[in-house]
Amino acid sequence: MTTEATIAPPSTKSQVLRSFDVAEFPALNGLEEEWRFTPLKRLRELVRATALTGTAPQVEHGDLPAGVSVRSVEKVDPVLTPFDRVSALAFGSAAGVTLIEVAPEAEPEQAVVIRLVGKGGEAAAGRTFVKVGAFAKVTLVLEQTGTTTLADNIEVVVGDSAQLTFVTVADWDADAVQAQHVKLRIGKDARAVHVQVALGGDLVRQFTSVEYTGRGGDAELWGLYFADAGQHFEHRQLVDHSVPDCRSYVGYRGALQGVSAQTVWVGDVLIRAAATGTDTYEINRNLILTDGAVAHSVPNLEIETGEIVGAGHASATGRFDEEQLFYLMARGIPEGEARKLVVRGFFAELLNKIPVEELRERLGDAIEARLAETGA
Amino acid sequence: MSTLEIRDLQVSVKLPEGDLKPILAGVDLTVKSGETHAIMGPNGSGKSTLAYSIAGHPKYEITGGTVTLDGDNVLDMTVDERARAGLFLAMQYPVEVPGVSVANFLRTAKTAIDGEAPKLRTWAGDLRKAMEKLQMDPAFAQRNVNEGFSGGEKKRHEIMQLELLKPKMAILDETDSGLDIDALRVVSEGVNRVRETGDTGLLLITHYTRILRYIKPDFVHVFVAGKIVQEGGPELAEQLEAEGYERYVGARV
Repeated sequence: MTTEATIAPPSTKSQVLRSFDVAEFPALNGLEEEWRFTPLKRLRELVRATALTGTAPQVEHGDLPAGVSVRSVEKVDPVLTPFDRVSALAFGSAAGVTLIEVAPEAEPEQAVVIRLVGKGGEAAAGRTFVKVGAFAKVTLVLEQTGTTTLADNIEVVVGDSAQLTFVTVADWDADAVQAQHVKLRIGKDARAVHVQVALGGDLVRQFTSVEYTGRGGDAELWGLYFADAGQHFEHRQLVDHSVPDCRSYVGYRGALQGVSAQTVWVGDVLIRAAATGTDTYEINRNLILTDGAVAHSVPNLEIETGEIVGAGHASATGRFDEEQLFYLMARGIPEGEARKLVVRGFFAELLNKIPVEELRERLGDAIEARLAETGA
Repeated sequence: MSTLEIRDLQVSVKLPEGDLKPILAGVDLTVKSGETHAIMGPNGSGKSTLAYSIAGHPKYEITGGTVTLDGDNVLDMTVDERARAGLFLAMQYPVEVPGVSVANFLRTAKTAIDGEAPKLRTWAGDLRKAMEKLQMDPAFAQRNVNEGFSGGEKKRHEIMQLELLKPKMAILDETDSGLDIDALRVVSEGVNRVRETGDTGLLLITHYTRILRYIKPDFVHVFVAGKIVQEGGPELAEQLEAEGYERYVGARV
């Protein structure tokens, strides 16, 4: 048995260790600040492995509009330097890169839908790179289904003055495990709206980081999750404001039901000394539908300059509002239906961020079906 | 023709610690279709407790007595069953329901009350007319239920529901509170339209006599310390207007 010296946590988020080499990261023991809520055993090989050899989920898509291409390439210069072990493991093991490119000034009318379908097998690594050219305006949907044990990185570069709506849906089979890092690099006067949906899988842990490369960048991170009995969904963000006059908004909402349903939200926003004129707000709300479910919610703001437009955070976790139920039931609406209305209403603002009606409806229906399962 | 019968109703409020605090000390009241009753009393006399316990709010526990609607035991019913049986409560502080539009809410409620979805052909028109009658902007239908509504808008929305859902018995809890004179007039006109149908029994709960200048009650009940202490016709309201509740409250002490 070896005893390891306790590694002092970095005093600021900007000092976190970054490396492409998995060996540079200490082995995970679950006591690390970044991993303390994650049931490591359920991450399977992703915890201890130094290389992953399984087959990454298969990339599928229909006809692509003009100006949009999807192809498999060997190499792309990274915009993410991993800052946790699993992310570095994914980098080192990924066999290639799925490169999704949107040409400068392209404005496809229809959303581009790409599916990643897990076919099971050994633990795998994946890498996706999204490159949105300057002045392009596009909606990208990434649907993740099937079964897998996956560590993957998604790097997204939003060119100057481009506008990207990026919807990712993790609706894996019940036995799937995923640890994912999504990195958004926002150009000058560019705008990214990221909607991250987690519904299916045994354990899904998604870390989203944001950086800006020019003034006027705007990032909105929206999250929607619904954890059933036994599911662990974890969402962490690091929004790094190092450039003046940029904006960020983080809004995550989750519902939980059933024994040992667990969700984690940790929102870190860092405003560096140079980032004057920053405007940021982060909020997490959780709705606990039954006994036995646990929601962790931790907002963190680190501010190195006072010259900002605004910075705030909020977190609220609660049970069903009895007064809302009473009001609806007093109008004759049966309890089950009243609960559905309240939950759908709770998620409505987030669903409305998804500019694809078919997907919006499907997710709304999936949420209602979840409620029907337990009769909650 | 419907009858709401309240007999010797005793109700306690459940305190957070689990204790029960008695509020209603034996209330007797009979309301029939087409009748308008005013329940008047000082603050804290238990008027709202009467309203909410009849509607079935979980905060209250019935410790004695009966409430029947056309002979059916209301107290055995869940909140939604009471509403479907024909009871309606216009609330003093209507609750916000984020993410649920007024149009969706009303259609869901109407479907539940009638037992079938309203005809698509006529529903939109009915809704528009109901909103016009209460001078509500059509854009209201797309707003979230009670979210960001002014006090007056909330009350108009309550009365619009009263008109759309057509209950057998309606309890209006302090509908006049917080209304300016124009809003009070609009809301009162809505209540009077319901009254004129003769199909609904109305129970107006109020502290002030102001609303009774617009909605003339057939019967007035003075409510003090959890029970009715005096009953009469509209003249009793005028007497209260002049004298206030001091006489009753004083007599109690």
